[in-house]
Amino acid sequence: MLITQLKSKETIESLAKGKTFIVNCHGCKEVYFAEHEAEELQKELSETNDITQIVTTDYICHPDNLALQLKKHMDKIKDADTVIVFSCGVGIQTVAKYLDDKRVYSGCDTFPLPGFQGVTPLQVDCAQCGECYLNYTGGICPITSCSKSLVNGQCGGAKDGMCEVDKEMECGWERIYRKLEKLNKLDTLKYEPKVRNYWHPDAEQTDAE
Amino acid sequence: MRLTEFFDRGEFVVTAEVGPPKGFHIEHLVEEANEFLKGRVHAVNVTDNQSSVMRLGSLATCKVLKDNGLNTIFQVTCRDRNRIALQSDILSAALLGIDNLLLLTGDHTTLGDHPQAKPVFDLDSVSLTHAVKRMEEGFDIAGNAIDGEFPKFSKGAVVSPCSDSVDAQLAKMEQKVKAGVEYFQTQGVYEPEKFIKFMDKAKQFGVPVQLGIIIPKNVGMVRYMNANVAGVHVPDDMIEELKADKEKTKAGITGVEISARIIKECKDYCQGVHIMALGWESKIPAILDQAGL
Ligand code: SF4
Ligand code: SF4
Repeated sequence: MLITQLKSKETIESLAKGKTFIVNCHGCKEVYFAEHEAEELQKELSETNDITQIVTTDYICHPDNLALQLKKHMDKIKDADTVIVFSCGVGIQTVAKYLDDKRVYSGCDTFPLPGFQGVTPLQVDCAQCGECYLNYTGGICPITSCSKSLVNGQCGGAKDGMCEVDKEMECGWERIYRKLEKLNKLDTLKYEPKVRNYWHPDAEQTDAE
Repeated sequence: MRLTEFFDRGEFVVTAEVGPPKGFHIEHLVEEANEFLKGRVHAVNVTDNQSSVMRLGSLATCKVLKDNGLNTIFQVTCRDRNRIALQSDILSAALLGIDNLLLLTGDHTTLGDHPQAKPVFDLDSVSLTHAVKRMEEGFDIAGNAIDGEFPKFSKGAVVSPCSDSVDAQLAKMEQKVKAGVEYFQTQGVYEPEKFIKFMDKAKQFGVPVQLGIIIPKNVGMVRYMNANVAGVHVPDDMIEELKADKEKTKAGITGVEISARIIKECKDYCQGVHIMALGWESKIPAILDQAGL
């Protein structure tokens, strides 16, 4: 079971640059999603920012389903400068991968709760780290795509683009760098040193939901 | 003495690396350091369980070398300790009068002799630097005040100038500088042109860089590095040079010549040299002589 929590209004506002397309995922029962709060926030956002469309769908973590769901909106998506996804980490990564040349951002942080996980095909993975880093990393999860789960850039161990731990695995941070390069967003890597938080009291409190 | 003081004076800073043994007798290490390094280098790096192989601790070895009159650099990796243990060891280093740190993420546990161990990586090279800087300002990384005098170090880090993803390395280098890194030691360089090109971009950060030298011992070693060591590439003509005169290479003369030549070619573009002898500490004086240092 996981829980997704909305990022702060200021954060989301700052992400919604230019024409913004929003995707909500109300897919699986295993994910607690703050539907009402998200709706409110997106309504407010529509007043201040240029939100071109809000699509609410399900199981965007499934690449084929995602392609099908987004098909009829592709014109608006192509036209948009930014896509913001409100879902668990897997959903966001799947969208970022599918819309490879778009700036795809996450509107949520994903925490773990005891119980089953949602329907997660094996293409991408989310470790429910509680502070989703995808907005800094071009939609590629540093926690699950880097063998050391580093959050401040690559370790220097990659050889020919492959991870020092597993020569069959591409270095996650090289992928992140190339992706940001492609999106012309390398500047997003210039953030203050990040320190992971392994203590998530919020997730415990909302257990009662 | 802090390395930054030497850099500030405009000196070409020479450091060499020693690796503690898998045991607690270090008479041999101390003897060699006294004989070959004392008076020739500004400081001696002591590695921290290098290549994820369990050995005697870096901090204890630094202390013994310091008692023997050598200036030391305490290498700290994030592989084996969480943020509590790391900060605690940094305070211990201040107590023992160690002035220099080299802050690293560290190799993964699976590369060493305890592949079953839990890899920690609670912090990484950037956030560890941030933590040390916070401590120097009087707070631990959780924001709690530090009692009494605040520790003060020269904070170093590493960068890989000949990496196949040198642009990503430069981005990380910038992050390290922003976090508080005051000097860099590089991965082993065998391609001066690449290093010079790298320095052309790295100099914008305004932080001194020491050229990394790994003494090439023989053909087997450099072939191994080419296949397995990140950021290291030994060009073919250098391999030929090592092949040409087997006796000369075995005696270490070829390795010394190559190392000195690389230093000479790169000297004008950097602020120092860091020699990784990997057991060949006895060759360091000859390299420095031939390089004119
Ligand atoms: S950074 Fe990765 S692990 Fe953390 S919430 Fe996002 S997708 Fe999940
Ligand atoms: S090589 Fe890349 S993926 Fe592997 S641990 Fe280092 S940064 Fe992470």
